[in-house]
Amino acid sequence: MTSRRQFLLLSLVATPAIAQLDPNIAAKRKASLEAAIRKVTGGKPVRPGKVTLDVPPLVDNGNTVPVTVSVESPMTAANHVQAIHLFTEKNPQPFVFTAHLGPRAGRAKISARCRIADTGNVIAIAQMSDGTFWSDTISVVVTLSACLEDGLI
Amino acid sequence: MAAVAVTIPKTAKRGEVIEIKTLAAHVMENGFRRTQTGELIPRDIITQFVCTYNGVEVFRAELYPAMAANPLIAFTTVATESGTLELKWTGDNGYTATHSASITVS
Repeated sequence: MTSRRQFLLLSLVATPAIAQLDPNIAAKRKASLEAAIRKVTGGKPVRPGKVTLDVPPLVDNGNTVPVTVSVESPMTAANHVQAIHLFTEKNPQPFVFTAHLGPRAGRAKISARCRIADTGNVIAIAQMSDGTFWSDTISVVVTLSACLEDGLI
Repeated sequence: MAAVAVTIPKTAKRGEVIEIKTLAAHVMENGFRRTQTGELIPRDIITQFVCTYNGVEVFRAELYPAMAANPLIAFTTVATESGTLELKWTGDNGYTATHSASITVS
């Protein structure tokens, strides 16, 4: 049981550490993610579906997270995936990679390893040749953060 | 010459979808980390990867600091004809790495 005196003392100790963090960090991260997605889609609607994002739901080490993105597409000249974009929600900047494909790819499947700073969503967006955008979102739990060694996100 | 490791099948049937796995040795310093004295470590990453098949670009990727160190990229392409696959990585501070492999399509 914490007494009122102990609580006040604790809050005095804890305040300087918290003060280093930007109080609007969550809102800023959200805005930068939305800006990044808008940059890619040009404001067009992104529908969930067609894309399968494969990320482990529990990540021990955020420094190397295996990611596989596959998209349902016949990959013909008339109907193929033009690009696959990958974003993370909590990183200092949301882009991970942009892969440009074409009918020569045969299959729309990309594997890579990315860094994830904190527990949050990973979003894959596929840009089809007909101009539509499809996405898949997976929420991952990260125990060891990447990007910032001291853990301050 | 920067070190890369690439897996490309040597032979394939015409029209077969082949998988290409690439790994480039690179620290991918993300530009957000600090030294013990608090100085920001400048960004040093691979920014682009291009794969050409007999001179035709079949795959291109733009990489950002959120790619892990020693970036792995695995993708697919259709084996259309015998020839060479040229892979090229470019990055900050004039980093370039190339790899070429020949493929026989029957």
